[in-house]
Amino acid sequence: MSGFDLSAILGNPEYVAMLLHGIEMTFIIFAGSWSLAMALAVLLLSLRLSPFRFGDPIVAAYVSYHRNVPTLVQLMLWYFGIFTLMPSGLGEWLAIHNAEAIFAVIGLGLCQAAYFSEDLRSGVRSVGPGQMEAARALGHGYVSAMRFVIMPQGVRNALPPLVNHSVSLFKNSSLAVIIGASELTHAVKEIENLSFRTFEIYLIGTVLYLFFSLVIMSIGAYLSMRADPARSARA
Amino acid sequence: MIHDMIAIVRDYWLLLLIGQYPNGPLGGLANTLILSALSIALAFPVSIVFAMARLSQSPLLRWPVTALVYFTRGVPLLMLILWSYFLVPLLTGADVPSFVTMLTTLVVYQSAFLSEVVRAGIVALGPGQMDAARALGHGHIGAMRYIILPQALYNMIPSILSTFVSTIKDTTLGYVINVPDLTFAASQVNNQLLTQPFQVFLILAIVYFAICWTLTYFANRLERRITRRRAGLLNVPAALVTPSKIVSEQL
Repeated sequence: MSGFDLSAILGNPEYVAMLLHGIEMTFIIFAGSWSLAMALAVLLLSLRLSPFRFGDPIVAAYVSYHRNVPTLVQLMLWYFGIFTLMPSGLGEWLAIHNAEAIFAVIGLGLCQAAYFSEDLRSGVRSVGPGQMEAARALGHGYVSAMRFVIMPQGVRNALPPLVNHSVSLFKNSSLAVIIGASELTHAVKEIENLSFRTFEIYLIGTVLYLFFSLVIMSIGAYLSMRADPARSARA
Repeated sequence: MIHDMIAIVRDYWLLLLIGQYPNGPLGGLANTLILSALSIALAFPVSIVFAMARLSQSPLLRWPVTALVYFTRGVPLLMLILWSYFLVPLLTGADVPSFVTMLTTLVVYQSAFLSEVVRAGIVALGPGQMDAARALGHGHIGAMRYIILPQALYNMIPSILSTFVSTIKDTTLGYVINVPDLTFAASQVNNQLLTQPFQVFLILAIVYFAICWTLTYFANRLERRITRRRAGLLNVPAALVTPSKIVSEQL
């Protein structure tokens, strides 16, 4: 192996297929955990906003756990710990159905829900109390006021941190390699082992991650611009 | 199950605390904390230089650092660790311990993130401070040194503390290159026991939680105190001042 040669990897159909499979798995894990996180975040938020008195400390504990324990440790606890405690039938079923990816989605999704729900909460909190009063005065009920007046503004306020955390989630999907999911980082390490083209394959992997992160950031910038053109122009 | 966990802690507390220290390299929780403290201590001065460069008028200073910050924020930390795992020995030509590799990565990574914090701190002060300092006869460097940075850094203490928390969490990724830290020690314990992975990793999670939660708690209290002091409201009851939660970089 001598000299810099990207074609040693990109010219090899086997390596390209491994890379494409890695990208596909990364996106499956990203999309799966993002959806799980968003659904849970909305649930956590409504628990917090509800008059149910015990909702607050429960959500606070949930958020606190997921923010103060390293994501890697959370993944390990799920995959090495909880997986082994499962009843053997369920465990076998999971093992056949790509348990690594499933636990990556669960672990990353639950962790991310804590961040998303805090983003949404601060977004909703920054909507002035007058909005709710005005909506109620116009004859909206609580739910309908939330649905049509408060939430649209709250989500718009929360967009920038939500986008940042979506990028973090995308990058954190690389942690799935540690529990053995065959995503992009896994493909990079495999190809490195096979080809010994360390520099080239890391470069390709890095450029791919950077590219997709920048794509997510641009989508976020576009959404913020559409949601609030005036503020984006000022920023 | 709690009985199992107590037994694990009783049998392996020394390994979890300092690794195989007298008979091998220092490891465990001690290593995690040393690694985090060292990387923040080294990243802090670098981040101030980076922040100055990003705020500088000269594009020659501004562009390379901006590119580096964007690069570091767009690439997973795991990828950066793998890069230094193969680049650092190549550049130094020596057999480098994984601790040093991890330290190098964390310094680069946290410098990029901290520099954004420092930059925000300086920008938040507003241009008036700089104008006033210049009017008093300070040069740009002198104004930065004596007027801007002391104020900005004081206001940033809570954010620096929360960067420290994220660094502690980041050190877990040293696991992939076998840095003998707390996570590594826990997986050693797990390999010896084999039958109680849930208990072992739950202990690990609890230890990290205890450390990071405590630090986050102090960061939040400090932040409230500093906000009040800046608003000139130090003797006003806390309830009258809206606290702003610290959002730590996640990992």
